[in-house]
Amino acid sequence: MTSLFEEITGDADSSVPVRRVTITVNGQPRTADVEPRLLLAHLLRQGLRLTGTHTGCDTTNCGACTVLLDGAPVKSCTVLAVQADGHDVTTVEGLGTPGELDPIQEGFKQEHGLQCGFCTPGMMLTTKALLEENPDPTEDEVRWALGGNLCRCTGYQNIVKSVLWAAAKRRGEVPPAEGSTS
Amino acid sequence: MYPARFRYEAPRTVDEAIDLLRAGGGEAKILAGGQSLIPLLKLRFASPELLVDINEVRGLDYLRADPDGTIRIGALCRHATIERSPIVAAQPTMAAAAPLIADPIVRNRGTLVGSLCHADPQGDWSAVVTALGGHVVAQGPRGRRTIDISQFVTGPFETALAMDELAVEAVVPAPRGTAAGGYLKLERRVGDFATAGAAVAVELAGGVVVRAGIALTGVGPATIDASDAAAVLVGSPLTAKTIAEAAALAGQAAQPRTDHRGSADYKRHVVTTFVERILRRIPQTEESAA
Repeated sequence: MTSLFEEITGDADSSVPVRRVTITVNGQPRTADVEPRLLLAHLLRQGLRLTGTHTGCDTTNCGACTVLLDGAPVKSCTVLAVQADGHDVTTVEGLGTPGELDPIQEGFKQEHGLQCGFCTPGMMLTTKALLEENPDPTEDEVRWALGGNLCRCTGYQNIVKSVLWAAAKRRGEVPPAEGSTS
Repeated sequence: MYPARFRYEAPRTVDEAIDLLRAGGGEAKILAGGQSLIPLLKLRFASPELLVDINEVRGLDYLRADPDGTIRIGALCRHATIERSPIVAAQPTMAAAAPLIADPIVRNRGTLVGSLCHADPQGDWSAVVTALGGHVVAQGPRGRRTIDISQFVTGPFETALAMDELAVEAVVPAPRGTAAGGYLKLERRVGDFATAGAAVAVELAGGVVVRAGIALTGVGPATIDASDAAAVLVGSPLTAKTIAEAAALAGQAAQPRTDHRGSADYKRHVVTTFVERILRRIPQTEESAA
């Protein structure tokens, strides 16, 4: 159980309306008492200590805080934690483990799809939703799907390659060898 | 950034939502997709006492066509649903706009009806629904009423909804002929508001325009209904002459301001170009407008 309102507002005010929510995060039911104004991004990061979800712009622009809500990418800085009550959330921590990377994580590693890494969790979760819907996307479709995720390092080229690599791997095809893509 | 404190209710029915709005006495705000409202709360441009979250209300997420071709979009129908809809694929103005709303992630959450209710002069759907001559269905304690889109927006971020009314549906009327048209938007990057946008909807029967609507995004204090521009198209086939006239009148109807997105003259030029481009792309004009 996590009482999050205290961390945000200092001393808990008895007049603050608090709601108990249960959210399935990466397959595990998690319960927290939250103020309605708490954003999902903050519940994940501060309440559940899942700091893989990054908060970048805080203004619904950058997509660094993207998580999957019932399988669809959403900007978790623009969803209230109470709105996720009873729903499924997937964060980057739910993709793979250090020992067993998800093919998407492997793709970003193989194709150098990151530099500073700040946008990467959001990029990968948007990729996950794309590949679930469209296992064999064109380069154009990848670029279109990633339109809501900003990267200030890579110029996107290697991110697109990473997604195509992951798509091939997920289809059971042999992805291009490291560094060999045009 | 944290929003100011508010009370939160998530009703299960439209009637419960309306009761909460009435009890809120003008200090309550509806939360649907939240992609405009939640940023406003965080910036504290808005600080309602009560948020009435309608996301748990069943049966509002529909997008359907009546047998006559009327398109009905429920209050919880997301932009992404519209983008993927075969119904909308046959409505060229909506189909052109749907993939240009915000960015793909925002489209998973945001709603068309919410966009109309937000009444941002930069809102794309408002121009599209205006060009199509649509309306909004509002439900309140006294039942339902229909509000024409031209009456719905009363000012920047202001609508004709009473404080105890919920916009439950947007309606696009059935075309009287073959629907044609499109939507073009100039944006500096994906997800930016329009520097300028133009929605064009024409209905053709026997090669003659029987109805036309043109509306402009981001070039005035509210969505601009360029009805004079549309009027010159009605009653004749699309020709190079009528297209040029409509485009020029649309440019005159725009009330752009110079800002960081461009000069007023530039935006007016973009409007003229967009209207002409959409009209010239309509297949039957290929010969006549060449």
